[in-house]
Amino acid sequence: MNKSIETRWHGRGGQGAKTAALLLADVAFKTGKNVQGFPEYGPERMGAPVTAYNRISDSKIRVHSNIYTPDYVVVVDETLLSSVDVTAGLKRNGAIIINTPKSRDEIAGSLRGYKGRIYTIDARKISEETLGKNFPNSPMLAAIVAVSGIMDRETFINEMRASYEHKFAKKPEVIDGNMKALEMAYDVVWEAMEEDKMGLSA
Amino acid sequence: MAIKERMSGNEAVSYAIRQVNPDVMPAFPITPSTEIPQMVSTYIANGEMDTEFIPVESEHSSMSAAIGAESAGARSLTATSSAGLALMWEELLLAASNRLPVVLALVNRTLSGPININCDHSDSMGARDTGWIQIYAENNQEAYDNFIQAYPVAENEAVHLPVMVCQDGFITSHAVENIELIEDCDVKGFVGEYNPEEYLLNPGKPVSAGPYSISSYAMEAKKNQETALENSKAVILEVAKKFKKISGREYGLFEEYRTKDADYIMFIMGSAAGTAKQAVDEMRAHGVKAGVLKLRVFRPFPAEEIAKALSKCKAVAIMDRCESYNGNGGPLGSEVTSALFLNKVMAETVNYIYGLAGRDFTVEEAKTVFNGLMDMAVNGTKLEQYQYIGLRK
Repeated sequence: MNKSIETRWHGRGGQGAKTAALLLADVAFKTGKNVQGFPEYGPERMGAPVTAYNRISDSKIRVHSNIYTPDYVVVVDETLLSSVDVTAGLKRNGAIIINTPKSRDEIAGSLRGYKGRIYTIDARKISEETLGKNFPNSPMLAAIVAVSGIMDRETFINEMRASYEHKFAKKPEVIDGNMKALEMAYDVVWEAMEEDKMGLSA
Repeated sequence: MAIKERMSGNEAVSYAIRQVNPDVMPAFPITPSTEIPQMVSTYIANGEMDTEFIPVESEHSSMSAAIGAESAGARSLTATSSAGLALMWEELLLAASNRLPVVLALVNRTLSGPININCDHSDSMGARDTGWIQIYAENNQEAYDNFIQAYPVAENEAVHLPVMVCQDGFITSHAVENIELIEDCDVKGFVGEYNPEEYLLNPGKPVSAGPYSISSYAMEAKKNQETALENSKAVILEVAKKFKKISGREYGLFEEYRTKDADYIMFIMGSAAGTAKQAVDEMRAHGVKAGVLKLRVFRPFPAEEIAKALSKCKAVAIMDRCESYNGNGGPLGSEVTSALFLNKVMAETVNYIYGLAGRDFTVEEAKTVFNGLMDMAVNGTKLEQYQYIGLRK
């Protein structure tokens, strides 16, 4: 990977899109990358649309503007699809990842004709199963790592375990749930990617 | 050994404050600088530093308390943004004229109105004539490095002036990026202990601070203050040279990026300079000799040095992230053209106002600016000398 990978996050205030962007920057930093993670700030209200960004690169990152032609878009809340043009500028050879219980075919119609790859993941379900609460952050983070190939599964899982062990030193009981959420989400998306490859070769 | 980390600009400045461990920090929160007093308070609560933190009820008070502490002989600082800096206005002048080396971590945010929390330079530019040294950063690394260099400049006996260390609100203050930190012991050794020559809590040598001065002497006091500001230029360079020894990083009054043979130069300050550098590389890939002059030290204004650096190019775009409402351009526009005129450098200039109240500034826009300069120089196309970029049509 010799270029800058650019990701745009769409979420709602309080859902943690900003935190997810910072987590992605964090884990990429630990594997030796140059990183940038930043939110677009406006009046901060619970539930208002929020955008956050990541640049990840092997070389020094100098640009300090928002991202208009992302390689990847992550939508943390599917209700945004009707009000925000989430695929604006998204590269044709990029991909969009959406948190929804719907299948790819079901959601494709809401994407204003986007022709690139689409991945869906039921982050709420995974989160509720593994953590007992709706924290879509961790699953969405795993999904973008899988789709973008920023690092392999083993590196990602090891780095995240180390990071959670540090972060949750005082409540270790939540570590396993978070790890499970990451692994499940990664594998769901990975399977969809494998299907795509088979489809292409068939 | 350099410590490789990733952190936001506010985290970086707070980390530097912990390492310097000044004596007194009065502060009042305001977006986007709130995190700085918040993080410093956490360091203090965790016993990682022993600065006396004073929660005050306004920025008028935070700067007043910093002035009081500094007069007493304590190394002091505060942090603020936007309206917070505006509320300090009277005290900013007192800190400078009483020759108190206070350091202020400023996170640039626009001034009202409309009410807006995002970045432009109208707060620090509003304070440009208050007698403070002003140093600007492109990214978290520079914000950190500039803060560490601030006290050795401010406290130098030929200077004795306050320093404002500026970074762009949200754009760098809230963006997590890679950074190289310096070991605590190296920072402490570099900044050293504060030993003021004269201070109020020195019973052996009584002095008075902030007295009235009759007209027979006040003008000399003001001239002395101006001389100190002029002196600071050499001191800033000296301190930067020493800083290179502990960091490996080089700083000057400004940075020249690919300007040596440049026909077209963008003169810019703060976080947008990195965006401009990217545009320069893309222009050069198409054979256009573009360059960036990034101003680091705005006060004292290095007029002669700037004129010299711009003397060989065909055209300059002077970029202001601030409207000065003088009907004729932004603050950098006025000062750079004046520097060029006084030094008989007759390059064409266009003064652009960009990025007000958080309006994004992109690589594409920077390229548009370069293309405009080229069109003017090559085809003689007339460009308005003072114009806005990135405005809604």
